[in-house]
Amino acid sequence: MALFEAIILSVLAASTPLLIAAIGELVTERAGVLNLGVEGMMIMGAACGFGGAWLSGSVIVGALCGIVAGTLMSLIFALMTLGLAVNQVATGLALTILGIGLSGLIGAGFVGERITPAPHLYIPGLTDIPFAGRILFGEDGFIYLSLALVIGVWLFLYRTQAGLILRAAGDNHVSAHALGYPVLRIRMFAVMFGGACAGLAGAYLPLAYTPFFIPGMTAGRGWIALALVVFASWRPGRLVIGAYLFGAVTILQLHTQALGLGIPSQFMSALPYLATVIVLVLISRARTGGSTAPAALGTVFVPDR
Amino acid sequence: MLDPTPTGLHSGGTPLLQTVGLTKRYGNFLANEAIDIDIWPQQIHALLGENGAGKSTLVKTIYGLIQPSEGEMRWQGEKMVLSGPSEARARGIGMVFQHFSLFDNLTVAENVALGLDGKESFKDMSARLEEVSNVYGLPLDPKREVWQLSVGERQRIEIVRVLMQNPKFLILDEPTAVLTPQEADQLFIVLDRLKAEGRAILYISHKLEEVKRLCDTATILRGGKKVSTCNPQQETAASLARMMVGADIKEVKAAAGRKTTVPRLVVNDLNMEPDDPHGVRLANISLELKGGEILGIAGVAGNGQDELFAALSGERQCPDPGTIVIDGHAAGHLSITLRRKLGAAFVPEERLGHGTAPRMKLSENALLTGHAASGMVQHGFVNTAATLSTVDRATETFDVRKAKRDPEAASLSGGNLQKFIVGREILRNPAVLVVSQPTWGVDAGAAAVIRQALLDLAASGAAVLVTSQDLDELAEITDRIAVMFHGHLSQPMATAEATREKLGLLMGGSSLEQKEAPHAVSA
Repeated sequence: MALFEAIILSVLAASTPLLIAAIGELVTERAGVLNLGVEGMMIMGAACGFGGAWLSGSVIVGALCGIVAGTLMSLIFALMTLGLAVNQVATGLALTILGIGLSGLIGAGFVGERITPAPHLYIPGLTDIPFAGRILFGEDGFIYLSLALVIGVWLFLYRTQAGLILRAAGDNHVSAHALGYPVLRIRMFAVMFGGACAGLAGAYLPLAYTPFFIPGMTAGRGWIALALVVFASWRPGRLVIGAYLFGAVTILQLHTQALGLGIPSQFMSALPYLATVIVLVLISRARTGGSTAPAALGTVFVPDR
Repeated sequence: MLDPTPTGLHSGGTPLLQTVGLTKRYGNFLANEAIDIDIWPQQIHALLGENGAGKSTLVKTIYGLIQPSEGEMRWQGEKMVLSGPSEARARGIGMVFQHFSLFDNLTVAENVALGLDGKESFKDMSARLEEVSNVYGLPLDPKREVWQLSVGERQRIEIVRVLMQNPKFLILDEPTAVLTPQEADQLFIVLDRLKAEGRAILYISHKLEEVKRLCDTATILRGGKKVSTCNPQQETAASLARMMVGADIKEVKAAAGRKTTVPRLVVNDLNMEPDDPHGVRLANISLELKGGEILGIAGVAGNGQDELFAALSGERQCPDPGTIVIDGHAAGHLSITLRRKLGAAFVPEERLGHGTAPRMKLSENALLTGHAASGMVQHGFVNTAATLSTVDRATETFDVRKAKRDPEAASLSGGNLQKFIVGREILRNPAVLVVSQPTWGVDAGAAAVIRQALLDLAASGAAVLVTSQDLDELAEITDRIAVMFHGHLSQPMATAEATREKLGLLMGGSSLEQKEAPHAVSA
């Protein structure tokens, strides 16, 4: 039982950065922008988040630093792809390379330092309930925040006028423009939200997951978050399922190695991507019509004035 | 509804909308030059002109999408400056776009909500949507997603969306381009009703007979300038066309005594599943086309014409070779290149991106379709002289106007590029030519050249298959006409017997035998 509880706790912790980064990217992509720089924005969030927390001694300040770093990175992306109409794929890849290098430089001074990680919730009585208590009422704040974010995004996209306009901009930017909506401004905000989430997701790693910073510690989680958005077919609800599934695979990978089952760890690391490919095939086979991806995804828009 | 204002002859009072010296400049190019138009309540005002005459620029300016460089607009006598479409909508200006401004993956109600300025709740809006669509006889299901709807239904969304703003002034940009004749008639009933309610309508169209029937005033633009304002009912279609083009249009003449020979293109029971979810399934398509003959395929866009073109050209192949026979050879399983070697040539609808690679030179584009059969490639090397001479011959024979000898395809105007593409194929002396929308968006002069070239090609013994949504064009050049509807092809009938009514019924999905159901309302 204790082992099972430990596994669930570690799955939740491993899934949360994926969920936070992916929900941000989902909003960005729903507005029609494909930002492949998630990995770069995350690692910047990790470096700046750790730096902030280490210098101030506060996890919250660290998290805010991570958010700011991710947002600033996304603004570079927005300037290039929205302002200057540069190709989104190339810019996103460049952003990742930039983020990995820059975060190594910024974080060089903190390598080897430790901080006190984010505290876990403790409600006397509730948290003490065996098994379920720790899992439901004993997590760190980030985990609750990530679920609140998903619910908030769902409400925004499907229950508000602004969310409808954002989806419209991602479906057909020419029409949205013709109706008088500021497509580029909408997309800029969506990109910034994506950046903020990626930064927060990155900051989660040194602030809650492991209490220290090492260069490249995101270790491909940004790419998994990107795959996750496709896996979830751009829907927030499915994103939660996908995130916990992908998180579980990550943990499973560690346990199979420990148990010496002889499954190569490389195969396990490849599983999330394999699952995404399979889901893509299933979606396109099952689809009766309409498109699941935002129709304008990845296309450059230049308004004529 | 608005009070019908008894303006009648507009002898007094102020116009609803006036443009005074309206000018829009892009660099050195004048898209609109000093345009004055007066629009009165209870008026259907036609805006005529060829492509590139400045119609779109003008209406976009009136709708607030484009800022004028000079001049001003007056709304009910007062100066009006619009920073965007929502300001135009707030004053009572509505617009129905030519290329619908709809969102395929959103529902009808969501699409309508996006076109309003959201002060009422979604529920109230949905209720009002149903009310407006019933009042005007434009039925719509608010919960369906747009991609599931027909073109006629999509246009209804646009119109209902505009009507829900209770506009004083509506702009309609080529509303009948995609409708069957019967659907167009229904639209005219709605427009007459709107006019009777006191609203003003600015109506953009290429179809002169339609304008003569519907509109009480017409303003004609040419090269960004206003040529004239007139009463279209007192003009003839020819005199309107002359004002639009600025010259008489050469009449297209069929060569006398054209003889049909052996079948050169035969399709036997072609069935094909679409390869994308929005596509149309082709069902039991059979046709036989003899040398010297032009067969027209009419139909509302999106009824399988694109899929048929792909099957004929070899962009998609059939498992059974005998399904498509080119000049006696079973070709259903062959690739595009092998079909070209059998003497077939293809002109797709889309000029840029499908017919040509936009950023490549004309000579390179000539090579792209001519490499298989015209000696442009020797031992794997491109014979530049041969590709250039093809460009020169096409230029000379088909009067292609361009800035230099071998420009990029994208730098040519629509009409000139289309002349080049048709010319490129015809110069290969094809046995079979399949051409889709040969004169879509092409100026009248170039259209005449292209139609004449198709007639001449048939006269030389080739079989020509023309898909077009322009019934006048089909009437002018074809020998027989068949209609596509939902992936089915009707029996061809002689062009002389193909009245607009008969074609309209077939385009709407009724078969000619069941006369008791003239036109399905559900379209």
